[in-house]
Amino acid sequence: MTGETTAATGKRAAAKKDAKPRVYGRRRAKLQKGLVYGAATLTFAVLLFLIAYILIRGIPHLKPSLFAWTYNSDNVSMMPAIITTVQMTLLALLLAVPLGLFTAIYLNEYAARGNKLVGIIRITTETLSGIPSIVYGLFGMLFFVTRLKWNYSLLSGAMTLAIMILPLIMRTAEEALMAVPDSFREGSFGLGAGRLRTVFRIVLPAAMPGILSGIILAIGRIVGETAALIFTAGTMAQIPTLFQSGRTLAIHMYVLSGEGLHMNEAYATAVVLLVVVLLMNALSALIARKLTKK
Amino acid sequence: MNESAARRTGGMKNLLETVMHGVFLVCALASILAVALICVFLFANGLPAIREIGVLDFLTGTTWKPGNDIYGILPMIVGSIYITAGAIIIGVPIGLLTAIFMAFYCPKRIYGLLKPCTELLAGIPSIVYGFFGMVVIVPAVRNVAALFGEDISGSSILAASILLGIMILPTIIGVSEAALRAVPNAYYEGAVAMGAAHERAVFTVMLPAAKSGVLAGIVLGIGRAVGETMAVIMVAGNQPRLTGNMLAGIRTLTANIVQEMGYASGLHREALIATGVVLFVFILLINLTFSVLKRRKDA
Repeated sequence: MTGETTAATGKRAAAKKDAKPRVYGRRRAKLQKGLVYGAATLTFAVLLFLIAYILIRGIPHLKPSLFAWTYNSDNVSMMPAIITTVQMTLLALLLAVPLGLFTAIYLNEYAARGNKLVGIIRITTETLSGIPSIVYGLFGMLFFVTRLKWNYSLLSGAMTLAIMILPLIMRTAEEALMAVPDSFREGSFGLGAGRLRTVFRIVLPAAMPGILSGIILAIGRIVGETAALIFTAGTMAQIPTLFQSGRTLAIHMYVLSGEGLHMNEAYATAVVLLVVVLLMNALSALIARKLTKK
Repeated sequence: MNESAARRTGGMKNLLETVMHGVFLVCALASILAVALICVFLFANGLPAIREIGVLDFLTGTTWKPGNDIYGILPMIVGSIYITAGAIIIGVPIGLLTAIFMAFYCPKRIYGLLKPCTELLAGIPSIVYGFFGMVVIVPAVRNVAALFGEDISGSSILAASILLGIMILPTIIGVSEAALRAVPNAYYEGAVAMGAAHERAVFTVMLPAAKSGVLAGIVLGIGRAVGETMAVIMVAGNQPRLTGNMLAGIRTLTANIVQEMGYASGLHREALIATGVVLFVFILLINLTFSVLKRRKDA
């Protein structure tokens, strides 16, 4: 705002000398301002439209029968898919959270500065986070499904997803650990606590909100994932045991919209998916805000 | 507690420390192991097929007919490039301008509301985007084409480009905004002090200063667009053909894998895995470009 007024007085002073380029400049500024506002409006309008469209078309089709315990071709219930999604999420987190958290602890609390291993781990995590989910799916199919002979199963899918979310968990956990002031550690060491006790009793509790918000983001990714699961967890509509195939909500939605016979149910599934993702995002933002307030 | 007991518990503590140090180290090695496994399994399963088909025949063959044992993936490579280019043409200007809005125009009160919205845009599952494209964008393309007397299904390069253009917005906005904010404020103040208007300071001073960060964001967006699978399958039509027609359907590398892996066997299956290898190499090259750009920005 102050910038505009100084610019305006400067402009008036120079206006007598050469009026033409100034007029052009002002017009261009107006155009640029219009473009900036237009683009921002478009971006958020698209988001709003997408959410509103799915909700308006989907909510009327959220019938109780869609939450029946079993799936059959007459009633394409999404209940087995919801339960599979929960199973898949818990299993993948169980595998990835300790691994990602411990890696972050190693990188941030144990490794010496300039440790070559740290550089290599950073590069590999960066590589992992750039790999598209279909490549994870292919790898999961080749390794877990075929080589380890786990077939299309909950476990194959969860292992694949665990590798996929590992970089996300690691990065957010590391950022959270880095944000803990060194004075906490020094205080703990000064009172005679060892490194391990310092990490678990002092650093981890302080970093917890950041770690949690990363985990919640990971849940969002798992719930929405399709490509990595088609050829690892399969598409059976049932509540699976560890070595049985099961479809998550996202896969359920893909199968329904691919068949084209149950579009209303696909809309309803989209609503459930969208609401879960909205909730996860809100929760993650809430925790992150609490973190910055402190 | 006598002295020897104290030493013993001290020893236990040290042992625990050492063991846990080892556990942390082993966990840290997991990501290296994962990357190694992914590389080994993809290449070991894909390269033999490429050798059997012939590198040139595979990469530059224009026909994909698994029934006749003809495996040329050039149409899919070109398809991925077309759709990615379309997404960049649509997504980059809008995303970059939105990033400029977020960094230099947005009032603080609305910012707290809009920033989570961009994150939400990134959080929406690709299957929901794909569904949205299938029920909104594809019919829209069909109807607009019908106005011009073209009778098409609507699943096309154009529809996929529009959808992917939307999907890469959060990537472009996030990275570009961070890059714009990282430019020292003194640049802006200096420009304004010399009589530049707000727009001029932003577009001729701040934007060029953030150039390599913005470029890194675009490259990351390219990576997302090339690797996107489910959303593309639902709107691109998936015909494996070479075409320059924006309104015709096309198949990408990612779509090729998902479309046929379910029933493929033998050389066909290996050729699909080899398609994955080609995709993987593309992605690695794009990531390499990204980290080079990012490093240059940091330096």
